[in-house]
Amino acid sequence: MIIADRKPLKEILEMIQDCDRILLVGCKGCVTVCNVGGAKEVGILASALKIARKKEGRPLEVDERTLERQCDPEYVEQIKGVVDSYDAVVSMACGVGPQFLSTAYPNQRFFPAVNTTSFGGAVQHGVWEERCAGCGQCVIHYFGGMCPIARCSKSLLNGPCGGSAGGKCEISKDVDCIWDLIVRKKMEQGRLEDLMDVKPAKSWDTARDGGPRRSVREELVQ
Amino acid sequence: MSDDLKSGSNLEKVLKAGHFAFTGECGPPKGANVEHLKEKVAHLKGVVDAVNVTDNQTAVVRMSSWAASTIMVQEGVEPNFQMVCRDRNRLAMMSDILGVSAMGVRNMLCLSGDHQRFGNHPQAKNVFDIDSMQLIALAKQMRDDGTFMNDEEIDVPPKLFIGAASNPFAEPHEFRVYRLAKKITAGAEFIQTQCIYNMDRFREFMKQAVDMGLTEKCSILAGVTPMKSVGMAKYMAKMVPGMDVPDPLIQRLQGAGKGKVAEEGIRFALEQIQEFQEMEGVAGVHLMAIEWEHRVPEIAERAGMLPRPVV
Repeated sequence: MIIADRKPLKEILEMIQDCDRILLVGCKGCVTVCNVGGAKEVGILASALKIARKKEGRPLEVDERTLERQCDPEYVEQIKGVVDSYDAVVSMACGVGPQFLSTAYPNQRFFPAVNTTSFGGAVQHGVWEERCAGCGQCVIHYFGGMCPIARCSKSLLNGPCGGSAGGKCEISKDVDCIWDLIVRKKMEQGRLEDLMDVKPAKSWDTARDGGPRRSVREELVQ
Repeated sequence: MSDDLKSGSNLEKVLKAGHFAFTGECGPPKGANVEHLKEKVAHLKGVVDAVNVTDNQTAVVRMSSWAASTIMVQEGVEPNFQMVCRDRNRLAMMSDILGVSAMGVRNMLCLSGDHQRFGNHPQAKNVFDIDSMQLIALAKQMRDDGTFMNDEEIDVPPKLFIGAASNPFAEPHEFRVYRLAKKITAGAEFIQTQCIYNMDRFREFMKQAVDMGLTEKCSILAGVTPMKSVGMAKYMAKMVPGMDVPDPLIQRLQGAGKGKVAEEGIRFALEQIQEFQEMEGVAGVHLMAIEWEHRVPEIAERAGMLPRPVV
């Protein structure tokens, strides 16, 4: 899923400083699962914004909605009747959500309340980690089911760099060296020879480097 | 003999003639201070077979390694042009490889590069379009096949002696000799190792390399950096990932007494160089005297490395 983190309250308050009445829109998709932009978090942020503005002596009116998904025009349409009655709309979806909202409602202003960080999953309660870089040409089967493009700080495809120490990446003791994990897994499996070939340079034309991507399922296109 | 030479560089000739090679290192200035660079390089002239020119080392921006390399060529000192994968995509890499070759540079060292988080522009976007292994293969393809990565023909291919780095002390230890083997398969003709302090670990690594036949395919130069102070030793031990500084060495430096630590550091380096000359599979020493270029002539003399062979 898509992982995101809430923006600092101060930054959100600055975005909407000229507003008296806003709509705060959550999303029941990925951001609900990673506890950053679902109905619960919408409620918490709404309260925090109202309290902060009350302290300033400029009360803020906040209405709350949480859509099934913000990345789908069908659900985005659900706020059609009300969206233009607000001074601005703040989205708690990933970076996709406010863009779909902006396209659907060209007269309104939309602000992002979260920073979208990565594609990943929960490794323990309350901790999410990146797993995929969305390069458009999956190669994890060469690397014991682990992606060095997303998880090696240098996206190395031919083994650990000289900065791997104690199973950790040179950039931080909080970051696992994915190559350490790949090598150890291959050794345990008795398949270290899988890592002996020199992997050629990757083609990045399916990644973001090749321009914005588009997926088409012909059978579904009407 | 010259028919077998890939680049005609002095370093290649020294190694292929069977001499024990001795290379140095020089970081370009943090500015366009050509005089300072020339002054540092002057200490190394005639004292080493080639001088590594670092490429924004530790991700700190400096004069470009290709520009500093060409200045060295003008000064009559052979550069070993370093290129990291952090700052350039494949277009820029191929372009710079052609550029340095056109300017008379004949050695190139292919590296991943320290992550920009360590440097003075941690906000930078990194590139890593290709990795160091693929850079080695690319340099070899350009030189030997006369083609770019896309197989288009090059109008006068570059002539470069291709090198790479190896860190026997990084982990996982078990994979290090295989990574070295991969670099040789990719096209590395010489290897310069990370600074060696743990001699036991290095002996074990070299034995593996010899047993696998790697030292017959590639020249391995052992990395030596004399410790200037106890603080430097402690910093390297604790703060530099992939650096292995055993406690007994730190204690030896501490025991040297006030004002004598640098001399003790040099003595340890000299003992290392002595052992490397006798160690099976070691083809030379790469002396990285960090900001200590002026001490290199003395170290070279005391190590018995002078005069350098003329080939």
